[in-house]
Amino acid sequence: MAEFDWAIIGGAAAGPYFIAAFLASLVEFVEAMTIILAVGTTRGWRPALLGAATGAVLLIVLVVLLGPALRLIPIAVLQLFIGVLLLLFGMRWLRKAMLRSCGVIALHDEVQIFDEETKQLRDAGAVSIAGVDVIGFITTFKATVLEGLEVVFIVIAIGAGGGMLLPASLGAAAALVLVVALGLALHRPLARVPENALKFTVGILITTFGVFWIGEGLGLAWPGDDWALLWLALVILAASLATVRRVQVRLAVAP
Amino acid sequence: MSFKAIINELFGLFVDDGSLAVNLLVWTVCAGATLVLLADGGVWQAPLMTAGYLAILIENVLRSARESKSS
Repeated sequence: MAEFDWAIIGGAAAGPYFIAAFLASLVEFVEAMTIILAVGTTRGWRPALLGAATGAVLLIVLVVLLGPALRLIPIAVLQLFIGVLLLLFGMRWLRKAMLRSCGVIALHDEVQIFDEETKQLRDAGAVSIAGVDVIGFITTFKATVLEGLEVVFIVIAIGAGGGMLLPASLGAAAALVLVVALGLALHRPLARVPENALKFTVGILITTFGVFWIGEGLGLAWPGDDWALLWLALVILAASLATVRRVQVRLAVAP
Repeated sequence: MSFKAIINELFGLFVDDGSLAVNLLVWTVCAGATLVLLADGGVWQAPLMTAGYLAILIENVLRSARESKSS
């Protein structure tokens, strides 16, 4: 079997962009899949899949319309703007994952969300248009658009600043294929995905890219140039783990 | 879904705890202005900016944990 030529998508440097987009998209697709499965098993698969497909088409139209506009923005401005958005997005995830690891806030439970969603969907009345259940359609449409918007943002934000849109897109596509395959095989929410560990990792990766792009956008010199992504991620990981440990110790000794 | 709900959802992507978001933005503006004005190309500038972001995150998590314990 011929070896895949990584040079096509940017060489070894593409790895971090692929991995960051893959992991972040995985979390979003798992959340969307939970809703689609809940709708499919309670309201029928036709409205569930139609709603998800319509949402996906809307997202594709948005990307096709807005994507080329990115080329009009000067690279330093784009890096700074995207860096700030990534920083806010990544720190929000990282903060929540840290507080969940400490036990300060409850863990995200896909089975509980699935059960609550199926109960609400069962209790909802029947409204059909052209033979399609409206509640089921709207529920999956909304879930696909909202979670999908996050994926689109992640891919563009991670990839656009360094000309790595292709590896970032491939990372998201790989996550989609994996989640759809698992959803088709299991027909159950993906509860065994270690979601908080995944969110912790993604929070660190997205924050790393955010801080890096802000520095690039401001014209600051990074020690190690592009290798700064690696030490930045390690420093943020170490600081986050140390903080979690400190809070755990404080909570354990508190009366 | 109303337009307001869409805006709220988009805003919620980036802002969960308002004080964290404000502090990060303020530090970005302060660090950006100061470091760019004092630009000497030194390699300490980017790590200093990173240290500020980490300090903001750590303070926020410690404060959130303290507040949740006392509530």
